[in-house]
Amino acid sequence: DSQTTAFLLRKHWVLYSVTPLYKFSSAHLKVYAKLLSAFIAAEKQKGLAVEVGVELDIKVAVTSLPDLKGSDQDEAAILVQLSLRSQASQKKSEEKLVWSGWFCSVCGDDLSKNMPEDFTCLPVFLANGAESYTSIVGSWFQKTFDCCFHRLAISPLNLSWMAAMWTGCKVDETASAMELVFSVPHLPQSLDILYAIHPEDAKALWDTVQKTPGEITQEEVDVFMDCLYSHFHRHFKIHLSSTKLVKVSTAIASAHCDGIIKFLQSQYVIEVLMLLTELAISQIQ
Amino acid sequence: HLATSLPLPSERDHLRPRIDLIVFMIDIKNKYSLKNVEASLAHVAAGFFLGKVCFLVTGVGRVNYCSVEISSIWKLGEVYCSPVLYCELELEGIRVATAQRLLRMLQICAGHVPGVSALCFNFLLRNS
Repeated sequence: DSQTTAFLLRKHWVLYSVTPLYKFSSAHLKVYAKLLSAFIAAEKQKGLAVEVGVELDIKVAVTSLPDLKGSDQDEAAILVQLSLRSQASQKKSEEKLVWSGWFCSVCGDDLSKNMPEDFTCLPVFLANGAESYTSIVGSWFQKTFDCCFHRLAISPLNLSWMAAMWTGCKVDETASAMELVFSVPHLPQSLDILYAIHPEDAKALWDTVQKTPGEITQEEVDVFMDCLYSHFHRHFKIHLSSTKLVKVSTAIASAHCDGIIKFLQSQYVIEVLMLLTELAISQIQ
Repeated sequence: HLATSLPLPSERDHLRPRIDLIVFMIDIKNKYSLKNVEASLAHVAAGFFLGKVCFLVTGVGRVNYCSVEISSIWKLGEVYCSPVLYCELELEGIRVATAQRLLRMLQICAGHVPGVSALCFNFLLRNS
């Protein structure tokens, strides 16, 4: 399991929500790889080249990740990888991975339960690599499977849920500090405030707030954040509650309001994906 | 008259005209604005809650900037028996329409519209 998730740790993934794919089949992945490869070559011919200079081949691999899902109703995750290979050399070892993107669904029953047969629900798409590749791969999928990609932004409300949820997770090694970044609005020059909290203090605070283990309510998240805000106010006389929470970073994962996520612990990847699936589905519906 | 919080300073009490309508503004992007409003509500005389108070939620155009849960504002409206209006200040059309709405409410609360009292209008607003 940690073999499967090794590729996604410690990388910045840009988040998209994807509407259900029409007539997509996990049995034809090799065919899709060939078609996508041809599409990318055609785009390059058109002058929408992504690499200038040396003639480089882009090799496309589309694979299935059956372990990356929540329940049996979920579709297995699909991974697309683009590697650069110089035309001169045919050696496999000289391939360089330049872009990865993967579709997944963890406990996405809300979306898939009423879907007709021909539709495949994989509402979360994560991309790492050049934006130009993301847009080429995205347009091929949109054209081929009649789906829509939208950037998935994360509101400050959802970021505070993540902060509370992830603080409560037990981590084996020494956890890194919990960091919250706030952006102050209405200033002539933008100002960002970084609030770093010792992970044990944060966990101790969350443990006193959370009443039922395994369950989190909006009130508990509010109390947790209010405690952090009033502590900050006591020292710096600044009301963090009037600023915008833009980034949350814990030992489990970090999330940015523009829709960028970074996984740091393989054991909690599924939990984080479950939350992202929920956000993606509410954006789609 | 604009104020950032209540109670109003007592020095100018004798110069202030009668207050017919209080509009509490909550910015959905700013959690502090909700806390401020909750604290200020404690300083309002009970008589005002018979139709002379309303909540105006701004910034509702941008779902991704939400720092306040809409349901906590609904609850506030329920607890204080006052209507909740929504508006997006950045769009001129909505801004003007909301201003006209508030002006109409103020006319009723000040007693300038014969046959409609503040309390009866409040009842209509909350049950629509």
